[in-house]
Amino acid sequence: MSLIPEERLESLSNDEIGRYSRHLLLPEVGVEGQKRLKAARVLLVGTGGLGAPLALYLAAAGVGTLGIVDFDVVEASNLQRQIIHSTRDIGRPKTASARDRIRALNPGVRVVEYNTALTSQNALDILKDYDLVADGTDNYPTRYLVNDACVLLGIPNVYGSIFQFEGQASVFYAKQGPCYRCLYPEPPPPGLVPSCAEGGVMGVLPGIVGNIQAAEVIKLLVGGADTLVGRLLLFDAWRMKFRELKLEKDPACPLCGAHPTIHELVDYEQFCGLKPTREESPVETVTALALKARLDAGEPLQLIDIREPHERAIVKFPGAKVIPLGQMVRRQEELDPSVDAVFLCKIGKRSVFAIRALQEAGYPGRLLNLEDGVNAWARDVDTSLPQY
Amino acid sequence: MAVTLFIPAALRPFADNKAAVILPAKTAGEAVAALAAAYPDIQQHLYEPGGALRSFVNLFVGDTNIKNADGLNTPVPDGGEVTLVPAIAGGCL
Repeated sequence: MSLIPEERLESLSNDEIGRYSRHLLLPEVGVEGQKRLKAARVLLVGTGGLGAPLALYLAAAGVGTLGIVDFDVVEASNLQRQIIHSTRDIGRPKTASARDRIRALNPGVRVVEYNTALTSQNALDILKDYDLVADGTDNYPTRYLVNDACVLLGIPNVYGSIFQFEGQASVFYAKQGPCYRCLYPEPPPPGLVPSCAEGGVMGVLPGIVGNIQAAEVIKLLVGGADTLVGRLLLFDAWRMKFRELKLEKDPACPLCGAHPTIHELVDYEQFCGLKPTREESPVETVTALALKARLDAGEPLQLIDIREPHERAIVKFPGAKVIPLGQMVRRQEELDPSVDAVFLCKIGKRSVFAIRALQEAGYPGRLLNLEDGVNAWARDVDTSLPQY
Repeated sequence: MAVTLFIPAALRPFADNKAAVILPAKTAGEAVAALAAAYPDIQQHLYEPGGALRSFVNLFVGDTNIKNADGLNTPVPDGGEVTLVPAIAGGCL
């Protein structure tokens, strides 16, 4: 059954019949299905790797209204995969860049821009005007926020997620099947899974996963198809394999289960452990310039590079001892607690987790984090080095 | 009784970057325990301090989530496949 009720359908113009003729020729879509696409309102959360193909293909397909939420601006490093943006868009808000491209592709699509972060305060107000949401975000707090808002409003959440060469896709629709919390009741602890900015991503991967999401969106709007409700699709681009797993609703789910305990949106930063707890002492930091001054003064320091070998090949950090993050606690005897140890990674985030792991393991020496990581060294100290 | 356990990219740095390992196991729990024994660095990412599987990690035997079967006691047939499915967040800004 389609999500779009009969009373919202309007006729197609002759131009529209020409433009969408390849859809109209499919008996599963036909004039009726195309009218449903035209009447549909779809919200895309994120106009990055997943949002780019979603927006382009849904616009091409004739989805009547596309809402796009993003607070970010286009950067050069986005262009390896975010094909809705172009080189000339660098520095522009992603929503503006995406809007222009959608309008150029299909002026019949109404674009609603939300150049803002989706938050617990604005999410229900934004989402309530839409028939469904396609989630192309890049962080756990927003994933849970989108899921919870969709369940509370009773609309489907077309899910896609990517990391390096691997993707996941499903449709979380609590009226018919499980929600995101049924599968993942809690997020991983911060720092376990690196972001794409740290872990990397194959550029075509979000193109494939985002288009799987686009296909699910179109099927939900047209109706009558087998959707990914109750199924999780895993995709591995490196091995070129798809796997399909069964998902069931969790009767104990606090949001969509038999006895829900969550009735409103919560603080998702806190839920995901991103706000420091009281007992957690802050990690001491050192800026790249301060580190340079200490090294120039001949102070004894231990520099610990926690990056993996392939990442060190991009930019080496001279004089640093290499201990990858996963081996840190096991190899702590290699550090000298009487000498300050400075930890470095790409942007100074994973190195915090190395320090926390050593603190928890009872390491007695002083541990410092290089603020903004090797990229800060390249920016502020040795500008001959690239930032990546 | 050998089973194949698939390791997702997010956990491979803690398992010698292996995508799959063949382990002796008759249940899902035995397969994960054998993985953790072979690669101690991965242990803290799979188990809560109390020994339960972490809630952001799902374990599937074939296409069935062990939560919907017998949990860690879910039997795995000889030659069967066990898949670790952790939450990944990326959409990539």
